[in-house]
This record gives sequence, structure tokens and C-alpha cells, in this order.
Amino acid sequence: MEFDYQFLFSNLPELTITGLAFGAIYALIALGYTMVYGVLQLINFAHSEVFMYGTFATLWTVWALTGTGGGVGGIQLLLILLLGLVMAMATSALIALALERVAYRPLIKKDAPRLIALISAIGASFVLAELMGLRDKVTAWVGLDDDLDRYVSGARINQSMASVVNMPDVNIGGLSIKTVDLLVIAAAIAMMVIVDQFVRRSKLGRGIRATAQDQETAALMGVNPTRTIQYTFLIGGLMAGAAAFLYMLKIETTKFDVGFLLGVKAFTAAVLGGIGNLRGALLGGLVLGVAENWGQALFGGEWRHVVAFVLLVVILLFRPTGLLGESLGKARV
Amino acid sequence: MNKLKALPKPVKLAFWVLLAILAYALPILEPPIISTPGVDFGGVLFVVTMYCLIALGLNIVVGYAGLLDLGYVGFYAVGAYTAAILTSFHANWPLLLSLPFAVAATTIAGLILGAPTLRVRGDYLAIVTLGFGEIIRLVAVNTEWLGDRRGISNIARPPSVMTGEDGGVVVGEAEPGLKGIFEIPHLYWGDGTVLVDTEDTTQFLVFGVLDQIPYYWLGLTVVLLVLLADYLIKNSRVGRAWEATREDEDAAELMGVPTFKFKLLAFATGAFIGGLAGALFASRQSFINPDSFLLLFSILFLAAVVVGGQGNRWGVLVGAFLVAYLPQRFRDFDDFRVLVFGAALVALAILRPEGLFPPRRTVRAKQMEHELEVLETGHDDGEEAARV
Amino acid sequence: MSDATTPILEVQNLTLKFGGLTALDDVSFGIKEGEILGLIGPNGAGKTTCFNAVTGVYRPTSGDIRFQGRSLTGVKRYRITQLGIARTFQNIRLFPSMTALENVLVGADAQHKTGMFSALFRLPRHRAEERDGHERAMELLRFMGIHKRADELAANLSYGDQRRLEIARAMATGPKLICLDEPAAGFNPQEKVQLMELIRKVRDRGFTVLLIEHDMRLVMGVTDRIVVLEFGRLIAEGTPAEIRDNPAVIAAYLGVDEEDAS
Repeated sequence: MEFDYQFLFSNLPELTITGLAFGAIYALIALGYTMVYGVLQLINFAHSEVFMYGTFATLWTVWALTGTGGGVGGIQLLLILLLGLVMAMATSALIALALERVAYRPLIKKDAPRLIALISAIGASFVLAELMGLRDKVTAWVGLDDDLDRYVSGARINQSMASVVNMPDVNIGGLSIKTVDLLVIAAAIAMMVIVDQFVRRSKLGRGIRATAQDQETAALMGVNPTRTIQYTFLIGGLMAGAAAFLYMLKIETTKFDVGFLLGVKAFTAAVLGGIGNLRGALLGGLVLGVAENWGQALFGGEWRHVVAFVLLVVILLFRPTGLLGESLGKARV
Repeated sequence: MNKLKALPKPVKLAFWVLLAILAYALPILEPPIISTPGVDFGGVLFVVTMYCLIALGLNIVVGYAGLLDLGYVGFYAVGAYTAAILTSFHANWPLLLSLPFAVAATTIAGLILGAPTLRVRGDYLAIVTLGFGEIIRLVAVNTEWLGDRRGISNIARPPSVMTGEDGGVVVGEAEPGLKGIFEIPHLYWGDGTVLVDTEDTTQFLVFGVLDQIPYYWLGLTVVLLVLLADYLIKNSRVGRAWEATREDEDAAELMGVPTFKFKLLAFATGAFIGGLAGALFASRQSFINPDSFLLLFSILFLAAVVVGGQGNRWGVLVGAFLVAYLPQRFRDFDDFRVLVFGAALVALAILRPEGLFPPRRTVRAKQMEHELEVLETGHDDGEEAARV
Repeated sequence: MSDATTPILEVQNLTLKFGGLTALDDVSFGIKEGEILGLIGPNGAGKTTCFNAVTGVYRPTSGDIRFQGRSLTGVKRYRITQLGIARTFQNIRLFPSMTALENVLVGADAQHKTGMFSALFRLPRHRAEERDGHERAMELLRFMGIHKRADELAANLSYGDQRRLEIARAMATGPKLICLDEPAAGFNPQEKVQLMELIRKVRDRGFTVLLIEHDMRLVMGVTDRIVVLEFGRLIAEGTPAEIRDNPAVIAAYLGVDEEDAS
């Protein structure tokens, strides 16, 4: 293995910015993992599919509104993208809520072992991913496959919305930086701040934190646990939708199984930052994104994922509760 | 289960022996409904035994010791790759010589991974093991020495026992010209008639390319041995220590159980069995590449353990059977396999959260009330029979 | 029984701090072999903290704990148990899905050495230890009066039986010193009297007993000596009669006593 120090150091700023952009997306997805974990101590394995549906919502919205691609710009494009964002967030939120209702609530009611909840999550994840991967066959049953051909054909391969949005690179201090990256980072951090403040200050946020700390006591104090859990999934879903939109802006292609690796990475980010800790999710995501990108530059693209996992193992060995420790109610009293 | 327990010992023994014989004979009998049209039944059954083996190993980690391992496929891969490298890629060892090394390498991998990670909390263990499974695969993908994406072929098969041309017994690589020491005809199920098909036979102990039944027998034998070992270990200080650790780690520690040591032992034992399964799998396939060790398999293995009822070795075997067999049996629904499997997992989790076959004690606890009522009417000098 | 004047356990200038909070402040006392020592004090006085320090759950900030002349600082928790200190928990912590017998067997295993290998090949050590463990466990269950429920899951036992099972499990580890953390919590007066009887019987079998208890009457009736903690400091030490007349103790307990009496 050759280490390309030269390349890493000569391109450090660009690599860092791109890494931060990836990290920001991880962080937004990680938020869903970390909140659900904080409240239910459940690894919401299907959260990756919540994200995946968001990417398709974005893709299809953009396709539907730009026709055969290209030819739109300015305000019109901005509106289309905004609508894409809204659709992605709405779709992901709906999927997240449906997931809670179908796959988790019956288990929570029965106070089932946590491992069983994880199995249910895994099953739900398979179902959601496969439904998307079989969308051509499913629509053929209903007889809609011809009408929806553009949306359902090629169900198992990459679909792209490339060349819809072309943003020029910006030049800051002699560095050529992709506008998308800056946009993604700024948007993600802004949303993380909003959620963080919401959870800290609003009544609902207090309910979530109280439930995370002690569900029974919270219930006795008048916090409705079922509704709190629903809101937790809702917020996680909204953020996954936003992440999906930003991901589509940056990567432009998606596939039915795109969620899996991203989900694993995002969960890694959540653990890295300290699971249950919102700020930890942001930090974990950013650290992971940057480390990955640096690692890729240093060892070559094929080692990218290895770097991510090795980083996780190493950090857990030295800080078993993640970078910022666990919270969402517990810490920072 | 209870009726079975009440039978006298020789009858029980006879029952188990019969069951084992039936299991060995299954691919010969080729019973309709169960046998898999379109896919080689022996091959399916071999895969089932591998899943059984893996499920037994993972059950020690997850079911007994309560350690959530999402990267078990990593151990499977280490076993398979060690066997592959030693018998084909970098050396030319016979399989039987490579097996101990494969198993040892996997156990050491388990110790190396477990020693630092078993100190962190359970959920982190899940993600660290998941990462481990992926790292092993990605390293295999990216390392030329491990055959990278293309994988490794010509992995040694188990030694065959054959009749040589001079009539003597020959042990070694299966050869087209040589037959086994005897051959076993299969059954043929016609419309309402059952015939012995002398055209369709299995060469006893010939590990060739086409007939997979000898591999199944080998796999089944290993499963039975591991099952016995599992029973012996579970009913001992080791098994109790695992359970106590799972139930309440701090309390166990304060009752004199060196919990870390026992967790590591569980992890290494699980790795041992996983590595064994991997090596056997590699030998049977004769070819492996990183795609044989996708993370999906870790999930499937875990599903096998949980579906059957973690902590119960019989339940776990049933779970392994279902997870390995059902997708093969219903190949017609090929495209929808994963979808249906996912839906089944959700349904199972919601309808039977304890698994299909929870450990007997869980069931027993629920039956206790009822049984005691019955017993109370009779005499109660037995120590278990009375109640307060 | 060896020289009765040498303390089996010596707590020397034990101080324990959690961040800014001092849970134990320079506490020193000793337990003589074969005695029942009561450790009392109002809520939050540091009794359970003291227990946890003795059994290795917390590491002392300063000071030392010596068991049979050997310092326990830095000794692993399971090692402390194997050396001969066993405990019960204020909130019952049995292994719920193991049977009562198995719970006690886990305790008995503390003195056993059977490993994977012995178990796998059913070597003589495994057989001997298994037999010995079963006998000891059944004997202890009988001693605690719960042998008829040996094969019942711990989770299914009644509250009182669970408390008794905890004591049996602790005794099975083969301790010299047994620490009981509020064993009478949640008991009615009649059960408390039975428990007192039982604790005496435990001592008569040669165990030394360290007892945390809230109920003054119980403590006064059963202990040989009493150590009183308040706000992490030792405020009195002596026989029950001395403690009863000690003004500092009376001051510390005013109010608490009324609450308990009800």
C-alpha cells in the first residue's frame, strides 16, 4: 500500500470541505438514529430506508417538474428545488411515522426484548428497500407501469438527476470550492442548530428529553409517551428527508439500496459523537466525513469505508461513550 | 416437549437416534413437498447445515452471553479465507490440515476483536462488530494477496474414500473414474408409488463436484458434534456464568463471576464455530470471493438465531433451517424473496416476540401455574411440586 | 475461629468523593470475626456507598480497606468475592430468568475452577464441583426455607423469597464476611422477626455479618456492635445499648425514627 501524502497535503482544504459536506449529510441522518436511540434505546435499522425514500422523492419531483431535463434555471429552478426539499422531507417523515406505527409500536406496547425490536427494524428495512427495488413489478400488478415508466423502470439500477442543477465553483482565497458543498454544509448545520434548540427549549423537546431519561416518570408527569415517540420519529424523518435532498444535490444519483451504507455510516457517526447526543451527532458526522475523505486521499478510494470503521473502533476504545458522551436528557444536567 | 421428557431414558435415546438417522437419510429419501424442485436438494441441505452451525455459534454469543454481534460474517470469512489460502492460493495443504489453522485463526481474530471491544457497552459492541465484518470484507476486496474481487478458486475438498482400480481403498482427491466403497440409491416418488431409483445414486464419502450429499453428511456430523459440545458447556459453570452475565453483569461480577473473561470466552467460542463453518463452506464451494461475505449475511445469521428463539439451541436450529431453506424452496418467487423475508421478520417480531421456540424455561415459567394446580391435588413430597 | 480480637475487615480513613460531593469522609471502623455489625444512619448517610467501596464497586479516593490483613484497593470485584466477601443488594438483583437453584449455583461457582475444557470433556473436576455445588446450593436453599422452589425461575418467586434467595446466593460464594444491604426492606413486622432469627443463624454458622438496616428495632435486636454514619462521617460506634443512649445518634435520628415506627 502506498501512502499519497503529497496529494493529501497539497489538496487539504478542498478535501476537508468535501469531507465536511459528506459529514453534514451523515450528521443529518445520524440525528434520526441518535434521537430514536436516546428515547427508545433502539437501533432504528430502517432509518436508512427513510433516507432512501427521500432521495427518490427529490429525484421524482425534479424529474416531474423539469420534463426531459435541462432548460430550467434561475427562480424557476430554485422553486423546483425547494419543492424537492419539501417533498423529500414530507416523504421521509411519512415513512418514519409509518415505520413507528407498524414495526415498533406493537413491540413497545408489549415491552418486547430489544433484540426483537432490532429484528423488526431489520425486517422493515428489507421490506422498504425491496418495495423500492421492485417498483417496476409492483406497479405492473396495478397496471400502472406504462404510465409511470420513467419513474419505475430500471428499478434496480442507479437513477440520476444529473445536469439539472449546474452550480459554478466559487473561488475563495485561491481555492476552487464547489458551491454545492458549501450549500450542503451550511444547510445541514443550520438544520441541526434548529433541531438542537427545539429539543432544548420547546415544551415538546422537554417531553422528548424527559422520556429519554425515564419514560415512566415522564408519563406520570403528563408526557404522553406514544406521542413523544411519534414526534421523535417525525423529527428524525424530516431530517433524513433534508439529508436526502442535500445528498441528491451533491451526488445526483440514487438506487434502492443506497440507504444501507449511508445508514451504517450515519449510525457510526452517531456512536462516534456519543449516541443520544444531538451535538455529538453533528460532530461525529463531520469528523467521520473529513476523516473518510482524508483517508481516501491517503490510501486510495477503495479504503474509504475501512477508514471509517477503523476510526470508529479506535475512538470507542479510547472514549467508550463517544466524543461528547451520551445524553438527550442524561448529560449536562 | 413435556411428553418427551417424561419418557424413560432408553426410549428418549432411541428417539434421538431415530431423528438423527432420519436427518442423515433426508437427501436419499427426497420426500416430496420438502425436497426442492429446480435446485439440488443435497446442496440446499448442505447450506442448511452451515446455517445451523453458524446459528449455534452465534447463539452462544447472542443467546447465552447476551452480546449483540452484527458482524459474525467476519469470522465466517476469516475461516473461509484461511482455508482458501492454505489449500489453494499460497500453499497446497490438504483440507484437513488447514482446518485447525482456519479455526485457530478465527478464534484469535475473535480474541483480538473481543479483548478491546467487550469492555464497551452492548450497543456499541453491535456497531463495532458490524464494522469489523465490513472491514474484513473490504480488506479482502482490496488486497491482492487475498485474491481481491476475483476471489480464490480451487480450494481443496475433503478427502474422499474410494475403491481403487485394484479393489483396495484409496483415500484422496475424488477422481471421475473411481467409485465410493459403496453407493446408495435414492428414492423416486412417482404418482402414488415410491421406487428405489438405482440410476440415481450417491457415492458414499466421495466429495466430488456434482453430488453434494456427502458434504451434507459431513456438515450434519459437524453440527451434531457442536450440538453435543453446546449441551455439555451450557450445563456447566461456563454456561451459568454466561447466563448470569447476560442477566445482570454487575451482579454477576459481584457474585464472583469474572464477567470479562467469560464474555471473551463466549466471543472466542462463537468465532471458533463461525470459522469452522466458513472453512467447510469454502471447501464445498471450492471458490470464494468477497461477495460471499456481505453484511447481509450477518443479518441473516442473526435473524436465524432470533427467529428460532435465542438461547434455545433447538429453536435456533429451526430458525437456521427456515432462514436457509425457505428462500431455496420457494425459488419461484425469486424476486420477492427478500421482501417476503423482511415482512416475515416484522410479523414474527410482532406476533411472537420471544421467537418461535423460546428457551424452555421461559415457556415453563408460564406453564408453572397450571402444572402446580394439577400437582396440588396429588401428593407433594417432591421438592418442585409444592407451592407456598 | 481465630483470634476474635483481630478485625476481619478494617476500614481505614476511607474517603470517597464524587466530583465535588464527599460521600464518605475519613471513616474508620473494623469488624471482628464472628460478629454482627450494624451499619446505620439516615438516608444519604453513605451506608451503601461504604458497602460499594468494600465490595470493590467504587474505588476509594483515599484511605484503605483491608480484609484479613490484605488491602482491597485495586482488587477486581469478582476477586474480592472469591477472597471471601459476599453481598446482597438493596434493590434485588437476582438473575431473573435463571432458576433459584441456578442463582445459588452461580454463587457457588465463585470458588470453582471448571473451565471450558473440563466441562466439554466432563473431567473429574467438573463432576466433583458440580456435585459439590448442587449439594451446597440445595443445603443453603433449605437453610433459607425456599428449597421447595428450587426449580422456579427467580423472577417468579415472591418478594420475600427473592430476598431470601439473594442471601442464599451470597452465602454460596463461600464468604467469611457477608454484607446484607437492607435485607428487611419491604418486610412486615413478622417477617422482620423471622429475618432477625435467620441473620443470627447465619452468624452461628461461622459467617461474619455486616448489616445495613433502617429499622432501629431490628438493628438493636440482632447486632453485637453498631457503627453510625451521618453525612458521610462516622458519628458513633459501640454496642446497641451505647448507641441507643448516644445523644449524637438520637439527634441524627430524630424524625427518621418516627417515620420508621409508622
